[in-house]
Amino acid sequence: MIPAIHLRDARIGYGDTAVVQGVDLTVRSGEAVAVLGSNGSGKTTLARGLLGLAAVLGGEVEVLGAPVGRLRERGRVGYVPQRHTVSGAVPATVREVVGVGRLARLGSFRRLRPADRAAVADAVAAVGLADRLCDPVASLSGGQQRRVLVARALAAEPELLVMDEPTAGVDAASQDALAAVLADVSATGTTLLVITHETGPLAGVLTRAVVVDHGRIGYDGPLAGAGAGAGGHHHPEDTGEPPRGGYRIDQPRVTTDGGR
Amino acid sequence: MEILEFGFMQRALLASLMVGLVAPAVGVFLVQRRLSLLGDGLGHVALTGVAVGVLTATAPVGTALVAAVAGAVVIELVRARGRTSGDVALAVLFYGGIAGGVVLLSLAPRGRATNLEAYLFGAITTTSAGDVAVFAVITVVVLGVVWLLGQRLYAVSDDEEYARAVGLPVLALNVVLAALVAATVVLSMRVVGLLLISALMIVPSAVAQLLARSFRQTLHLACAIGLVVSVTGTTTSFYTGTPSGGTIVLLAIALFLVVTAAVAVRDATARRRHRRRAEVHAAHPHEHGAGCGHQPVPHGDHVDYDHDGHLHAPHRTGTGVHYDEHGAGRP
Repeated sequence: MIPAIHLRDARIGYGDTAVVQGVDLTVRSGEAVAVLGSNGSGKTTLARGLLGLAAVLGGEVEVLGAPVGRLRERGRVGYVPQRHTVSGAVPATVREVVGVGRLARLGSFRRLRPADRAAVADAVAAVGLADRLCDPVASLSGGQQRRVLVARALAAEPELLVMDEPTAGVDAASQDALAAVLADVSATGTTLLVITHETGPLAGVLTRAVVVDHGRIGYDGPLAGAGAGAGGHHHPEDTGEPPRGGYRIDQPRVTTDGGR
Repeated sequence: MEILEFGFMQRALLASLMVGLVAPAVGVFLVQRRLSLLGDGLGHVALTGVAVGVLTATAPVGTALVAAVAGAVVIELVRARGRTSGDVALAVLFYGGIAGGVVLLSLAPRGRATNLEAYLFGAITTTSAGDVAVFAVITVVVLGVVWLLGQRLYAVSDDEEYARAVGLPVLALNVVLAALVAATVVLSMRVVGLLLISALMIVPSAVAQLLARSFRQTLHLACAIGLVVSVTGTTTSFYTGTPSGGTIVLLAIALFLVVTAAVAVRDATARRRHRRRAEVHAAHPHEHGAGCGHQPVPHGDHVDYDHDGHLHAPHRTGTGVHYDEHGAGRP
């Protein structure tokens, strides 16, 4: 089976500067992976490399079986950016914002058809906002707007879903709602790659952790063992018993890290 | 109406109808993209095109179209290459455009139509039959492209990085939008004027977004507002003898101020009513809950209670339970 993500000795960065280097990573189709690391560790750059938003400076970066620059149907990769709100200058409804996600599935000129509108409505229902479909997004709470961004990604029915800090700055109820949504998405076979500071809210969904440290992978293994991996190169199979409890970076939980 | 007996007024009104409809249809994307002044810059560039047209005795509408579209493409390519130098590059292009236009126009032989003021601020007497034909083609093309690509233009204007991540052709769409702006600038050069067209792109959108709930509603409302102020302003200018462009823009801005004030009053009234009701119910004999006697109405993540013909949604605040009004009868 073709892996969802395959990196071999990958160097990813901006301009000529590599932020991530020497990364080997293979994510099988259907896996649910947390990408952990402190601010500036390179975890967001790693994800942006998979989305074509950061440059691949060396090595191999393959997404859904194709080198990332040559993946033709980019709509197969869903993306939930690190953003707190859906803020546009002009009002827009939930349906309109999520409709943008569906465009990724269409050709260059096709407009949304009834089947596409149904997919949009399904995606909005999947995040529990069916009754807000025609409301302006600005009237929703921060946590709900975050779910709108998830629905936007789901509307394209992606095979791989990349999310950047989906739980940061969201209240506990919304975090639980998001975890339930991701559990459903994962159950349909969609591969999840979630960049996060803290796995607590999503511990039931994510099974594997990849810790990025100074642009390299410091730990790759079961989520439960990630705590010990924060500091250095460490594999749980070496120690046998993984530490209990979720992983947490001992740093102030800042929710933006300069886009890196 | 006597105003329609004049051929020049018929043509001016037709032109104002078209530009009033088209300018907001393009402008709403510029507002969303926070690039409101692109139209202004391209108006500057178009002036060089006008001057070339006057100097070579070809129709200035055609040469302005070429200059503005070329300027639009250059701007997008500069923007795509990096933002730091882009700002300066835009300034050079824009002011080079207007300086070139002024200098070239001054070189034109006597007797050629070199009335700079009419190009910059609009005049009702200048629209020729040929202009109307070109404007009609531009109108059909611009509205057709907005209809076909509107959803994608919205996507790119709303969140360019996301659009790029999911594989939309971001650069191509940006170039298309800039070219639409350029075409609209040219459409404006008779009744609105190259220095004022940006206002007719932006102000109707600004009014519409105060009132609309969706992007689509904003687009339609902005076009309706643009059409009304454009035709009204052109008509007014016939009677007052003022430049049509300035008259149209002042009307649009007056409308913006009136609507802004009305919305502020409406919001203040709603807040006052909300506070008053909250006070009434602060002395509530009970907290709503199962079996309190009021009809429960599930509403999303909470339950409203039917209370004397309106719906009550309890939520806790620092001072106790506070009741929001969630409208009458609408769960």
